[in-house]
Formats: sequence, C-alpha cells, structure tokens
Amino acid sequence: MVELYTQLIIRWRYVVVLLTLATVMVIGYGAQKLSFSNDYRMFFGTDNPQLLAFEKMQNTFNKNDNILFVITPKDGRVFSVDTLTAVKDITEEAWQIPFSTRVDSITNHQHTAAEEDDLVVDDLVPDPSILTGEDLYRIQSIAVNEPMMVRRLISPDSKYTGINVTVQLPGKKLDEVPSAVAYARDMKAKYMEKYPQLEIRLVGLTMMNNAFPEASQDDAKNLYPLALGFIIITLLLMLKGLSGTLTTFLMIIFSIITAMGLAGWLGIRLSPPVMSAPIMVLTMAIADAVHLLVTMKHEMHLGKNKVDAMVESMRINFWPIFVTTLTTVLGFLSLNFSDAPPFHDLGNIAAMGVAAAFIYSITFLPALITILPARSTREVTGKYAMGHFGDFVIRNYRKLLVASSLVVIVLVAMVPKNELNDVFVEYFDTTIDFRLDSDYAAENLTGVYYIDFSLGTGESGGISDPQYLKNADKFVQYLRAQHEVIHVFSLTDIFKRLNKNMHGDDPAWYKLPDDRNLAAQYLLLYEMSLPYGLDLNNQIDVGKTATKIAITLKTLSSNEVLALEERISAWLKQNMPELEGNGTSPTVMFAHLGKRNINSMLIGTTVALFLISMVLIVFFRSLRYGLISLLPNLLPAAAAFGIWGLFVGQVGIALSVVTGMTLGIVVDDTVHFMSKYLRARREKGFNAEQAVHYAFNSVGIALLVTSVVLIAGFMIMAQSHFELNAGMGLLTSVVIALALAIDFMLLPPLLIKLEENGEKKV
Amino acid sequence: MNRRMIQSTVAAVVVGLLPFTLVAETAEEKGLAIAVEADKRDEGFGDSTANMTMELRNKQGDSSTRYIRIKTLEVIGDGDKSMSIFDEPADVKGTAFLTFSHAIKPDEQWLYLPALKRVKRINSKNKSGPFMGSEFAYEDIASQEVEKYTYKYLRDETLNGIDCFVIERYPAYKHSGYTRQVAWINKAEYRPEKVVFYDRKNSLLKTLTYDGYQQYLDKFWRADQMNMENHQSGKSTTLTWSNYQFRTGLEDRDFNKNSLKRAK
Repeated sequence: MVELYTQLIIRWRYVVVLLTLATVMVIGYGAQKLSFSNDYRMFFGTDNPQLLAFEKMQNTFNKNDNILFVITPKDGRVFSVDTLTAVKDITEEAWQIPFSTRVDSITNHQHTAAEEDDLVVDDLVPDPSILTGEDLYRIQSIAVNEPMMVRRLISPDSKYTGINVTVQLPGKKLDEVPSAVAYARDMKAKYMEKYPQLEIRLVGLTMMNNAFPEASQDDAKNLYPLALGFIIITLLLMLKGLSGTLTTFLMIIFSIITAMGLAGWLGIRLSPPVMSAPIMVLTMAIADAVHLLVTMKHEMHLGKNKVDAMVESMRINFWPIFVTTLTTVLGFLSLNFSDAPPFHDLGNIAAMGVAAAFIYSITFLPALITILPARSTREVTGKYAMGHFGDFVIRNYRKLLVASSLVVIVLVAMVPKNELNDVFVEYFDTTIDFRLDSDYAAENLTGVYYIDFSLGTGESGGISDPQYLKNADKFVQYLRAQHEVIHVFSLTDIFKRLNKNMHGDDPAWYKLPDDRNLAAQYLLLYEMSLPYGLDLNNQIDVGKTATKIAITLKTLSSNEVLALEERISAWLKQNMPELEGNGTSPTVMFAHLGKRNINSMLIGTTVALFLISMVLIVFFRSLRYGLISLLPNLLPAAAAFGIWGLFVGQVGIALSVVTGMTLGIVVDDTVHFMSKYLRARREKGFNAEQAVHYAFNSVGIALLVTSVVLIAGFMIMAQSHFELNAGMGLLTSVVIALALAIDFMLLPPLLIKLEENGEKKV
Repeated sequence: MNRRMIQSTVAAVVVGLLPFTLVAETAEEKGLAIAVEADKRDEGFGDSTANMTMELRNKQGDSSTRYIRIKTLEVIGDGDKSMSIFDEPADVKGTAFLTFSHAIKPDEQWLYLPALKRVKRINSKNKSGPFMGSEFAYEDIASQEVEKYTYKYLRDETLNGIDCFVIERYPAYKHSGYTRQVAWINKAEYRPEKVVFYDRKNSLLKTLTYDGYQQYLDKFWRADQMNMENHQSGKSTTLTWSNYQFRTGLEDRDFNKNSLKRAK
C-alpha cells in the first residue's frame, strides 16, 4: 500500500515537485493579508465576563486608553519657569495627537478659587513666563496638596510630572494605535531637543498596545534568523549531505509558508504568541524529515539504490510519522480551549503547519530527494552507546524505578509552589522601552495598574445626595488606607473643594456639602465653567446616578490584585450594601485571565489526552499499553511545573497552555519506544528485558537526537523579549527533556516490572 | 472617450464656469454672503420663549432627561440676550442661566443658584465645554452672530431632497473646541439643516441635525428637534423644542442679574 503509493510519487516526481511549488505559492499568497494586532483586548474572548464588565464601564463613562508623558527635569525641579513652560507647550500640542480626546497636566488642571463672590475656574498655570518665585511656590503647594494631582500628575517631591492624554480609538483600522504612538514619539523627540533639560518617557495602555506588534516584529527579526541557522546546522550535522539538507530545508520552509498563508486566508491577526508558531512548526517538521532520510541512508548503506531505499523508508516510517503528526496536531488544537484567542491562533497555525509538514514529507520530500543526487554515507554513530545505556537501565531497573518515581513525586509535589501571575507590563522584558519606562513611572511618579469603580445609586441625580456623598467619601478614605493603593481619583474631592471655594476659600469648609440641591447646583456651576475636553463626563454618567472612582495601584501580582478586589468588594457589600459598586480595568481582566485560562485548559488538555490515548490504543492495538503510555505522557508536564515552581514560581496564561501543547509532542517518544518494544515482544517473541534492549538499540539514538532538536528549537523561542513566548519556550523545553528522561529511565523499568507482576499476554 | 467628446466636454465646462468667473466672487465672500443673508432673515423676531427637553444618551443605552425654559431677547447690533431656567432635574430646579452674547468681545454669563440664593459669574472662556453634561457645547446653541466665524463656501449639495449651500466656518473665538464646522444651509430658507463639527486636531467630532422646522410669524424658522451625535464617545443628545412664542413683550430689564433671581 505505502510502497505502491511511494512508487507512484517517485514516478511522477517532477509533477509532484511542481504541484507542491504551485500549492505553496497559492496558499502562501494569503500571508500578504496578515497584519499585527495592537489591542491588549485581543487576549480576551468576546464573552469574557471581565471584558464585558469593562466595556460596560467604558460605555457608561468614557474609554480611557491613554498615553502618559512622564517628564523628568534634570535639575529635579518641576516648578520652575522653564519646566512649566515646557509642560504647557507639550500639553497644548498633545491635543493634536490622533484620537486624543482629553489632556490633563499640572498646567491645565482646572483650579478653582473664590474671587470676591465669584467662582473662578481656570488653568492652574495659564502663562508660565510671567511667574515669580512666589507664584511658583504657590502653584507647587496647590499641586502637591491637590488629591486629584499628587501621585498622578505630580510626584510629592515635585521632581517628576506627568501629562496624561486620553485616547479614544474608534477601533476601525489597524493604523490607529501606531499613528497615535508615532505622533507622541515625534513630540517626545521634538521637545527633548527643544528643552534639553528634560527627559521624556512614554507609558500607558496605548503604548502597551503598540508594544505588542513591536515585540512581534522584534521576535521575527531576532529569532527567525537564529531558527533558520539552527535548522541548517542541525540538518548538515545529522544528514551529512547537501541534497538531504536542501530538501528538508525547503520542506520546512514550505510548511511554515503554508501555515502562515492559511492563517492569512483565514483572517488571523498576528500577535506575539502567534509569532512563535513558525519556530514550533520548524522544530516539529525536522523530526519527520530526519526519520525518513536517516532510514533511507541506512537502506542505501545496505546497498539499495535511492528509489528502493526511499520506498523502504516510507514503508517503515509512514505510520509512525502519521501517528505522531496526528497526536501533535491534537495537542496543538487543544489550545482552542484556551480563554485567550491569541492562543487559539497559535494552536491552529502550529497544527496546520505540522499537518503541512507531514503532507510535504510524504509527497514533496520523496519526490525531490530522488531527483537530487544522493550517495550513501556512513551510519549515524552512537548506536552502541545507546545499547549499553539500555543494558544499564535493564540491570538496575528496580533501583531506577524507585529513584525515578521518587524524583517525579518530589517534583510533582512542588507544583503548588507556582503562583498565578499575569502582570501585563511584565509580558515585556527589560530590553523593551515600554517595560523600562513603565517601571520608571511606577517607581517615581504613579502606578501603571489601576481599577475603576463605578459607585451607583440607581437614582437619577443620586450622586448629589449627601448620604451618597458621605458613603463615597468613606469609600475613598477606606481605599486610601489600603497599602496597595497609590492614588484615588474621586468626585468627592471636587465637591469639598467647591464647598470651600463657595465659602470664600475658608479651609474650614473643605467638606462635603450637606444639602442635595446645593451639591447639585455646585456641580452644575462647576460643569458650566469647565473648558472643552476637561469636562466631568469621564467621572459621572449621563443620569448622574453613578460616579467613577479610579484607584491607581502599586505593581502587584495577579493574586494580590484579586485579593484586593475581593477585599474591596466585601467591604462595599458590608458597609454600603445599598450602592452598586463594581470594580473593573485591564489590570483586573488580566488578573482573572490566568485562572480562567487554567480552568479552560484543564478541559482542553483532558480532551486532548483522551483523544491521544484513543489514537495510541488503536495504534498499539492494546488497551493495556495505551493506558500505560499515559504515564510517560502526563508526568513530564507535571514534573516540569514542579521544576518551574522551584526555580521561577510564577505561571501565567502562556504556561497554562503548555501541558496540552506538549502532550502531543512528548507522546512521540512514547510512540516510537513502545512500538519498537511491542514489535519485539509480538514479532520476535522477546521477553520484556530483551524487548527493552531492542527498543533502546533501534530508537534510542533517534529519540535522543529528536529531543535535543526540539529542546534547542524551543530554547530559541525562550530567547524572545516577549515573556509569554519566552516562558512558553523554556517550559516546553523542560517538559521535553523530562519526557526523554522518563521514557528512558521510568518507562522501561515500569514495563519490566509490570511484566514481572503477572500478565504475560501482550 | 474619443477626442471630440473630450473637446466638447472641456468646452462645456469652460462655458459653465463663465458666470462664476465673471462675478469673480471668492469662496470666502460667498460663504460670508450666505451667513449674512441667514442672519438677516432671522432679524426682527424681537423676543421669544420656548420649552426645551434635553435627552442625553450614552453608548451603554442609558438616558437622562432635563427640562429647561428659554427666553431670548433680540439685540440689534450685538449678540442676543438669553435666559435659561432649569425645571428638572429637581435638585437644580430654579437655577437660571443668563447670557449676553457678543459679536466680538467674549460673552458674559451668570448663573443663579437658588440653594445658595446667589448669582455667580461664569468664566466665559469656557463656553466650549459641555452644556449640562450634554453633547452640546454652549457655543453650539448660543446665538450665531455673523462675526463669530469666518466663512468659506464649499459647494452646492442636495441633503435629504433639500437644496443646500455647504459652507465651512472657522471660529474666531480663541478657546473654541473646534477648528471648523461644515454647515448645510437650506438654499430657499437660509436655515441650517446639518452641521458637522471638527475638533482641535481637525478630526470629525460631532454631527448636529435639525428636524421638524416650523415657521413662526410667517418668517422665523425654528427646528422642533436638534440631534447631536458625538462620533468619538458614542454619546448623543436630543433637544426637543415646544411652545415657541414670539414677541411676548420681554424687555431688557427681564435680562439682568436681578431678574435671574426672580426667574423661577
């Protein structure tokens, strides 16, 4: 069957090669449609409850993606004529940033004061050039004592200041984020040149959105050449021939082009996780080709011509390659259970690439290799060393069984040491400006993470009710007392200030108005006095039924965010059950993401495990061995998470997909080892020990080599500056290494032991 | 297209353009002329009173309604005087807002707060902010003096079956929230049918549409409904006007700080 098929392929080899080229070109054309996603919301499915809550909040108030200019005067003085002039300049131009809807800074802060009997609402710094030392001192003391500004737009020591630009993207075109960021960066360059005494840094959600495609392109630029160099070297080393290397290289490139082309045709957006798909495909595809070509060379060494050698190689390898491809595809497809869409894309693209690699391996590869010249070379070395190692395992199988089991148990016991953490700024490593600037901002000026609370009365105009204001104020006081909280932005501070202003700026009146009509009318007066863009619509809903209280947080782990959120919700429920208080933000969304994803991936991994086990049972034609193989397939991931717990201890969304994904990969080792073991037992009538010896001899070296290749490939991924990819690559490498160790040192002793314990039937 | 067709097309275009070149009116002059004519047609209404319902909606679908009465006094040679009295929400009932709009110098504004029993002057630099939290800025509904803008005629266009001039106007006012507005002016009646607002960075911000025009005293057109849609925030506001009365006998003394307190 396979022989006949292979002979047909070889007879029509020129046609097959041409057809392959045509197919690759047509499918690969789709890659032109690929574009980079630049919205952190990509990590959330459309039905993610935290996303829905966040969108509701944004629809009720205003969207608040932002770009924050962090300004550091080198002389350490924000309140100097020079610095304030620059801040005012930048503030004014910031209104020109594409999609900006609001700009807040210390200069355009709407300062209120009593003047005779009137309320004067004006920029805190209308004209910096005329300021005297006394003015500067007065402005400084207003700014650092204003709860709306301090730790948000001005550091308490007056050394750092921020200009916050609210950006409202229509979300219709992909160039929205880059155009806003490009404008902000031009401004940064321009003003650092104009005001050389300033350092300017750019942070905020819009900057992060832009960092995603930048990290993706960064990966493509740094990792892809590394990966290509890696396959060429690997192939030359293993195949020791130009024809085989060239054929395999082309086959791998075609597989990647096919995967990415199909992604383009399917309308998949490129995101940093997706960028690791080509490296994964490349790594997986090597194995198929190497198996086919090594056997072919072996056959030629035995004296066959290249056509017969290829036919024989296909006969031996077709089904194992088919099964390992199938299980790998199933493993990758399990990523569709993930809660984060970019991982669906990664899984689907990798699955398509692996499937393509299989198809090209059984069509294009035999066709081209028989066109190109080939000569027999010497055999792969190390075969005997492997046999000796196998004997060692057999001799010490009891000790090994106990020792390996102990190691595995200890490692698995370390799994709980892992803490869930998805802190989105830390998705980028410290070589990326966005990360460095965010860390700088968090250290010196304000936090990068925040939670918005909508505090609602359910009654039209209810926010002016003195009881509501009292409650809101109590809530604000409570929030300010939490050690995680850097800043609280609340309308109650404005109410207090207005009340003071309306009483001739008498500090004794810095308190909430105690009459509803009075409060409502203060608010009306204030609203009527605010200029374009600086209104209260981002804090009050249209019916004045709710206000938004925004808290800025220190850099916290996801668990800390979840704990804080829970604590605040419980406090609200206990202290003001009549109010509707809901906290939401990207920080909260990401904090929930890891846990949600682990739950969804548990299902995905279980489904993949079940399907893969069914495949193995059918392939081994044995329920018993199908079930035994579960152990070496599951333990590597469990043990790897134990090692991770010991050395890293933080897992996030990317790592939650590793188990499902690696399941399909590590199963390959088991398939090869067990199939050889079973053949020895069934066809040759060997006992368990002899069969283990046989298996070691025939596939030991191949398993070692393919594992090393896989580990190296995933280690390339681990070099990514995008921590999600780096972590995923590193953990996958660990899983594969452990899988090899378990297949060599736990599975064979186990097989022998089980044999001893009775059931002789195979 | 063959050569002869091209020639005849060019000829037709040139001939068609002749009248314009003969008049030699620039787009700026034509735009101004249209604004002047619109202003002239609204001249002489004396005074008016009307009730206004303001409905605010956000993207989430929540809505909120305010009720306001508005009195206007025509001032020849300067901007009009107007008084807005808030009836609802209940907590601002009796609050009254007085404006003297001016052609060139900044408008003057006062707000009477009944809870405080005080009249407060408002910084009129800030008239481009939202009016009562709505999508209308005060400058959108204030009396439209010719001098508040410079103009440019763009083209003729049919809007919903109505022949319109399309003119662009640029606020003369320094603190305006807009770089420009594009207005569709009904050719027959010289009344605005639609205005599109562009923000400070010249991006599309809002669209105002006028519906249900009615003619009063056989001369003055007033729309029953004005709908403002904010394209950036997804929020919108509808003003519904009713009970228009003209020449009710209002006088200058009905529009001062003392009358504010009595307004109710």
